[in-house]
Amino acid sequence: MEHSIREEGGALIVSFEGDVDLEQSPKAREVLLECVKRGNKILVDLSGVSYIDSSGVASLVEAFQVAKKQGKGFALVSVNAAALRVLQLARLDKVFTIHETLADAL
Amino acid sequence: MSGPTLEMRFPAQAKELRRVRAAVKEKSLACGADEQMARDIVTAVDEACQNVIRHAYKGEAVGDIKLTLSIEDGALTISLVDWAPPTDPSKVRPRDLDDVRPGGLGTHLIRELMDSVEFLEPPPGCGNLLRMVKQIC
Repeated sequence: MEHSIREEGGALIVSFEGDVDLEQSPKAREVLLECVKRGNKILVDLSGVSYIDSSGVASLVEAFQVAKKQGKGFALVSVNAAALRVLQLARLDKVFTIHETLADAL
Repeated sequence: MSGPTLEMRFPAQAKELRRVRAAVKEKSLACGADEQMARDIVTAVDEACQNVIRHAYKGEAVGDIKLTLSIEDGALTISLVDWAPPTDPSKVRPRDLDDVRPGGLGTHLIRELMDSVEFLEPPPGCGNLLRMVKQIC
């Protein structure tokens, strides 16, 4: 799994590429929590995520809850069909704010 | 098509799951599952393996998982055997999804994605046997 972080329009955009699975989710968690620490509005671009499992979703949930507690914005962007399916099965598609594109989110 | 189409034995470690997913996906497609169904099967298997790694072996990576995938009469059956201490199946329960918190989703996903999921009597010398079935066609 690769990741990149950039700032745009007042938001911190973190993009993940590859599988966010049991092996990689600790790294994803670390990156997400660091972004929540640094930014006030965090956008998580999942367009490059080829696979995400419950551990990857747990990382998103944890970061989202920390952000929410601190009054910071946290949203998912460009969630592909595979990732959306897992979120829907976990009933989290209604919990997260999900934007179709980055332009919608900014 | 009948008889085992895939048998894998691998250490119960997170780094093994990528190749397990690839193998399960390939075989599921070969058995006639479409792309969506193959992805669902992969997710269920991955989550079940995670449960073995995290809960049966308690993350200590001291044992293996043996995976068998077979198809008969359109039903794809996946069995996972481990050598960890026996799990009490009554303690393996999906959690309440209204309680939004990290973790605890694996069992729920497995039960949502597969047609049947059950712990069976393991072979002699083994710890646990989990069998999951998905009707493909």
